[in-house]
Amino acid sequence: MAGLKLDGLRKRFGNNEILKGVDLALADGEMLVIVGASGCGKSTLLRIVAGLETPSAGRVLIDGRDVTGLDPSARDIAMVFQNYALYPHMSVFENMAYALKIRGLPRSEIRAKVDAASALLGLEALLERKPRQLSGGQRQRVAMGRAIVRAPKLFLFDEPLSNLDAKLRVQMRGEIRRLQRRLKVTSLYVTHDQVEAMTLGDRLLVMHQGVPAQLATPTEVFERPADTYVAGFIGSPAMNLLPGTLGRDGTSVRVADADVALGAWRFDRPDGHRVVLGIRPEHVVLDALGMTWPVEVVELLGSEMLVHAGRPGGASLTLKIANGAPVGDAIRVSFPAAHIHVFDEATGLRIEPALASSRVREAGSRADAGA
Amino acid sequence: MERRTLFPGRVLPALLILPQLVLTGVFFLWPAIQAIKSSLEREDAFGTSTEFVGLDNFVDLFGDPLYLAAIGRTLVFCACVTGIAMGVALGLAVLADTEIRGRAFYRTMLIWPYAVAPAMAAVLWVLMFHPQIGLVGAWLNRIGIAWDYKLDGTQAMGLVILAAAWKQVSYNFIFFLAGLQAIPKTIIEAARIDGARGVRRFRTIVLPLLMPTVYFLLVVDLVYAAFDTFATVYAVNGGGPGQSTQTLVLKVYLDGVVNANVGSSSAQSVVLMAGVIVLCALQFRFLGRKAAA
Amino acid sequence: MRRRMPPLIPHAVLILAILLFALPIWIAVAGSTQDSAAIARGEVSLVPRLSGLGVYRDVLVNGSAGAGPVWRSLLVSAAMALAIAFGKIALSLPSAYAVTFFRFPFRMTAFWLIFLTLMLPVEVRLIPTFQVMASLDLINSFTGLTIPLVASATATLLFRQTFLAVPDELVEAARMDGAGPLRFLRDILIPVSGANIAALFVILFVYGWNQYLWPLLVATDPKLDTVVISIVKMVGVDTATEWNKVMATAVLALVPPVAVVLLMQRWFVKGLTEGDK
Repeated sequence: MAGLKLDGLRKRFGNNEILKGVDLALADGEMLVIVGASGCGKSTLLRIVAGLETPSAGRVLIDGRDVTGLDPSARDIAMVFQNYALYPHMSVFENMAYALKIRGLPRSEIRAKVDAASALLGLEALLERKPRQLSGGQRQRVAMGRAIVRAPKLFLFDEPLSNLDAKLRVQMRGEIRRLQRRLKVTSLYVTHDQVEAMTLGDRLLVMHQGVPAQLATPTEVFERPADTYVAGFIGSPAMNLLPGTLGRDGTSVRVADADVALGAWRFDRPDGHRVVLGIRPEHVVLDALGMTWPVEVVELLGSEMLVHAGRPGGASLTLKIANGAPVGDAIRVSFPAAHIHVFDEATGLRIEPALASSRVREAGSRADAGA
Repeated sequence: MERRTLFPGRVLPALLILPQLVLTGVFFLWPAIQAIKSSLEREDAFGTSTEFVGLDNFVDLFGDPLYLAAIGRTLVFCACVTGIAMGVALGLAVLADTEIRGRAFYRTMLIWPYAVAPAMAAVLWVLMFHPQIGLVGAWLNRIGIAWDYKLDGTQAMGLVILAAAWKQVSYNFIFFLAGLQAIPKTIIEAARIDGARGVRRFRTIVLPLLMPTVYFLLVVDLVYAAFDTFATVYAVNGGGPGQSTQTLVLKVYLDGVVNANVGSSSAQSVVLMAGVIVLCALQFRFLGRKAAA
Repeated sequence: MRRRMPPLIPHAVLILAILLFALPIWIAVAGSTQDSAAIARGEVSLVPRLSGLGVYRDVLVNGSAGAGPVWRSLLVSAAMALAIAFGKIALSLPSAYAVTFFRFPFRMTAFWLIFLTLMLPVEVRLIPTFQVMASLDLINSFTGLTIPLVASATATLLFRQTFLAVPDELVEAARMDGAGPLRFLRDILIPVSGANIAALFVILFVYGWNQYLWPLLVATDPKLDTVVISIVKMVGVDTATEWNKVMATAVLALVPPVAVVLLMQRWFVKGLTEGDK
């Protein structure tokens, strides 16, 4: 049982800086999912923790011990690879036993540990098979078994489900989660799939261009994305992001020729400040009195449908509404204030609102702090 | 090309590579340097002293009509062997590729000449074309064609070309068949839907995709024809009759070993080295092309 | 849709080609069982005579005019082919491993030095290599016959190609499991490359068995005659060539390399075409 701590990790390949300073701390037994588009540095980060890459700067601490310069085998970690990386010439048993054999464990002990791990994963009947005789899901399980059998301090997962078909992926996702909960091993899980990230992680780290964009629980990341990148990346279909300007003393946003009221919220920026208004497709509501948007395409999803609307000038809007809702050439919609996100257009960062009525009190407390 | 994952350490890899480096140094590089050195020297008649003569050996060499004739002969020989070996192999591979059934059988039945030594190829063809005992040779004489490769230089050349090409067909066949099978079926199907048929489909679709293999085999066959066929030519007639089948490699051996003219033989070696380097450079370009394709 | 060309024609052409390719061998097989004098008169038949099979025993034990007993030269050939095949694998596997899986000073220099030997076939450096062997006192020795042929770049390049194709994740998994470089070589890399090693063995065995120029030059002692050398000597005897014995020897000389190629055909073809020579 051990925690993991990353301290100012940087990695550069030639002139290309892949990681631009990452700090991170995982609690004992926590599962943290690193998610991001390809090239964001998530795999490099994982490989540095594994010891397969050396950081240009910074430290890796496992269980409080600095392992930055250590060989992968000396870190007491296990890794599950995207393509499983099973040894093709060894049976399932031999694959799982290999690390233990290298450590010189007695044969009986190896047998016992492999048996225990294979029972956990339902691999008992497959122990004598070679990897090529296994299905994708079974290979995935063997790869997990190989990691479990060593009882490491840290599990590393490098997109372990991306080679599986959709159905199997859902099933294995659940299994990994159950297993991790049960074994309570600190885990770092890298994926580009946001659904995996949301369902698996105790916390998420969203990476963007070598920098952590947000580190928070899945709920937090979904409900309060830290910037426009996270807002657009997490959630499907992606959040609508509409450029606009603040008005009415920070209580409304002017978007596409209409004023969107922000209800009880007030955003502490001068009027005319350029912002980006964010609202998820499922939160947009049809409203006979709302703004008018010409409809471009309607996609049926079954019980729901996606409506893509666009305005001359390029602004576009996606709605997810119940199937059968009346949609003609144009729709009228409104944005409920409770679901509106506001970001600074220049920095992309989320602007935290204050309750409009608490304006005075907040101003007072700021004055206190200044005094 | 480089691997992403490496092992740390410097002593172990050095120890692992050392044996091969030592052997390479002693048996390849050192002799090659010696060859260059003696190509610039000349021994006196008694072999007691050598003197540095600069490029004289090369000047003599390229002024020698016999050597120039050998160059021409070697070029003709290489071109014929390569052309026949590749042409026949490509034709057979295309035929074997059209029908899935029997492909493995044909490959097996055509693969074995790969194992035949160049010298053995000569022996087998002599047994077939010997003017008295050979099945074909004796028959040619019976029907009134004066066949004797021991007397007729052109016939001798023809025989060594056929023997050398015969052996190389199987190697080429293996590569052409593999190359044809590597062409995605969907491309051929797309061409069929586009209406390309038969020869046209082969010329416009298959052949361009097969070009990397063609380039690769071209270089391999040229190297084979230039060097490995020493045994074939030597075993048929020893370069004769006269000098009619004396290729460059044969001349290196005859001048150096039989006539003990080390200076000239070394100069010839250096010329051949230059030839191999050119061929290797070509192969490098073609292989680069292959990687890109 | 128009039909493709009828399959009978390709099959017919291929079978004809197979027969033509096999003809020289068949002449040797059939001829070996016939009477030497009849062959000399040009009356070789394509039908083997079972009663003539004794010639094989005869050449194995007694040899023929111009060369010693064939069992001996077969033994020399086999020893030479095996020594070259195993020697090359033993030499080039570690060196290919070193250049692909490590970074060390002068790595590329070392690699290019080895690569350079591709451009120096034995025919090109004949006399100086002979002189080196002479100065090492290795003329007319089995060592002299094999050692200079053991160091060559082809095997190293082929192994390097194979090793480069091994997925990185496999190496990483092994490192995570705690395998050091030698352990990885033994437990993972060599077993994984088994098919390629087998293919290379075939290529090298054939290469070793088929050597002619180098043995001709460096081993003049008849005791070191390979079977290829022996048979050329037999053919070279001008008068009273015992043709049936020559043919029998030719068949005997062909059986081992052809058998190796055919028996290991699957690996051989795969290794040959995937590794590019």
